[in-house]
Amino acid sequence: MFHKTKSVLATLAATAALSTGAFADGHAKLSGDLVIFSDMSNPAPRAVMEGMVERFGAMHPDLNIELTVIDREAYKTQIRNFLTANAPDVANWYAANRMKPYVDAGLFEDISDLWGEPELADLASTKGAMTLDGKQWGVPYTYYQWGVYYRKDIYEELGLSEPANFDEMKSNCQAIIDSGRKCYTIGTKFLWTAGGWFDYLNMRTNGYDYHAKLTGGEIPWTDAGVAATFANWRELIDMGAFIDNHTAYSWQESLPFIVSGDAAAILKGNFAVPPLREAGLDDSKLDFYQFPAITAGVELAEDAPTDTFHIPSAAKNKDAAKAFLKFVVSAENQTLINNGENLGQLPVNAKSSVDDDKFLKEGFEMLSSNSPGGVAQFFDRDAPAEMAKVAMEGFQEFMVKPDNLDKILARLDRAAQRIYK
Amino acid sequence: MSSTTEATTKNSWYKRNEIAATPWLFLIPGVAMFLLYVIFPIFQSINVSFYEWDGLGEAEWVGLGNYEELYWDDAFYVSLRNNLIWLVLYLLAIPAGLFIALFLNQTVTGIRLYKSLFFFPFVISQVVVGLVFTWFYDPTFGLLNQFLGVFGIDPINVLGDERYVTYGIIAAGIWPQTAYCMILYLTGLNAVDPEQIEAARLDGAKGWKMLWHIIVPQLKPATFIAFVVTIIGALRSFDLISIMTNGGPFGESRVLSFYMFEVALSEYGFRMGYGASIAVVLFLIMLCFITYFLWSMYKDEKGGR
Repeated sequence: MFHKTKSVLATLAATAALSTGAFADGHAKLSGDLVIFSDMSNPAPRAVMEGMVERFGAMHPDLNIELTVIDREAYKTQIRNFLTANAPDVANWYAANRMKPYVDAGLFEDISDLWGEPELADLASTKGAMTLDGKQWGVPYTYYQWGVYYRKDIYEELGLSEPANFDEMKSNCQAIIDSGRKCYTIGTKFLWTAGGWFDYLNMRTNGYDYHAKLTGGEIPWTDAGVAATFANWRELIDMGAFIDNHTAYSWQESLPFIVSGDAAAILKGNFAVPPLREAGLDDSKLDFYQFPAITAGVELAEDAPTDTFHIPSAAKNKDAAKAFLKFVVSAENQTLINNGENLGQLPVNAKSSVDDDKFLKEGFEMLSSNSPGGVAQFFDRDAPAEMAKVAMEGFQEFMVKPDNLDKILARLDRAAQRIYK
Repeated sequence: MSSTTEATTKNSWYKRNEIAATPWLFLIPGVAMFLLYVIFPIFQSINVSFYEWDGLGEAEWVGLGNYEELYWDDAFYVSLRNNLIWLVLYLLAIPAGLFIALFLNQTVTGIRLYKSLFFFPFVISQVVVGLVFTWFYDPTFGLLNQFLGVFGIDPINVLGDERYVTYGIIAAGIWPQTAYCMILYLTGLNAVDPEQIEAARLDGAKGWKMLWHIIVPQLKPATFIAFVVTIIGALRSFDLISIMTNGGPFGESRVLSFYMFEVALSEYGFRMGYGASIAVVLFLIMLCFITYFLWSMYKDEKGGR
């Protein structure tokens, strides 16, 4: 084991502290190999990942970092194999229920001690999403807001303003329909987009705690609250708020309708902004509002899915892995990787600054000051995977055949009794 | 001392039985691979189907529990029904292939080019076929609905409507399968005996009669192979469904193989035991056909001698 002297520490602090943050990994010099498996395979995230490795490597010249980037979809199936057979030291994954199978199987390392360190206190807002069984199992590196992205020019043309409650939302929608357009575009081919609508309608109708209990299996799907949510949803469906034939489209394929102006808005995460901008909707045409209140007195809660880093329990170099995790969540790194040129999302560290982008700023403000109800992950991360699949299929069926609701809810209830036993 | 005697006996035994033993020696690698990668996994799947297992933790013995759940599972019956529809409609590829083959079995300038063009859909990947048909069916921009629009027919959401989706995918699947059957029949037509045709012609056979009584019986081997590959192709249909609809809308286009993948291996799945029990059901269905094929092949071989 290498023990460094005070003078080495001082030199290191003097050279590295300015650029890498106050903690500068001053505990032990890192050496050996650090193997990282990442699912950040799209061009921008990939560059971010490579940049992080490069900067971390520069801080620890004795550390040999091996980065393997795996296609994001393929990663979802491969992670099961490599966590058991050939574990890296650091791996990407998602928060909340999505990490539960690996936590239950003992494949993720408990890093509660890391969360106990003062530097991680600035991540308090996301601590809940990383906590299972009272322990923390990973660190978040980015998250993004969900909300309604709408065509400002169409709203102006029709003399509409951002709705503050459900009645305004419906009257706006009626005006849009009367002008020959659809209110919302959505592509439900891959099901999860309908989960977003359910999240918001349920959180606005019944509140965050109810939603958390429902996705956690404590409230049956036959409950009156769920019925109220679907009744609200049905009002939108019956007035023709959603585009026709949405079952045939993915969310990307549903974007042309908002670009062409055949639909006025989309409920989506912030990742919808770059493709919409590329399609020609600049800030004068595209704007954002928080999903309006439905039931008076229910505190507003938001979806903000969090992407994470974990240490597999079979990792060989856990010291280096922990140092890397600390580096990833540091305020400076968070500011850098989440800016518009890189991920274009929100930093998880409260001391970071948000990039000067209209949507990121609005989203950050919404999440930090106007979501008193709480922050949910997303339907398929809050509910167990199996339940999410059955339920989202039900949502899609409901959007096409609202009359089948009783059958759908009975089916979900039966599935829930099996899954949550 | 003893080893030399052993070696000589072994050697002499091999020498004595060389003709009988050598084929088996050559078969050993193939048989070993077949046992390891085909037969053994079959029994492994059957075994896994008695467990509740997520692929990570401990497997829990549930006996016939997975099969009992299958019995109550609506999605399973939807898949089974779709499998039957696939089986029946996919067979249309055989007559379609036959007629294209008859049409192309002429001596015209450039016939090789036409043959290749007709064969083309079989060569391109199923993924590409799926994508092309997805665009073709697109309810807003697709060629099909543009065409229907000319006649004032409202757009049909083929892949997004649970009533049409399976038929839409089968139509896409029949396209390359027809090309496959066509090539089988084209080779079969080369072997048709010209003397018999001439004799039939002298007896006054023409058109349908000629086709049905003279040509088709001679194409029996080709028909048999076309039948085998089409049945198996229908039962293993997977990639088109995955590409075109992902099993949707609300699971109405699933077949057993896709449902098995969904519950066992896809993003929201990982119920290995349940997936295995679906695979076993599919295996039993295939077994019926395979037994029939083997039996009829055995009968033919016997009759041929």
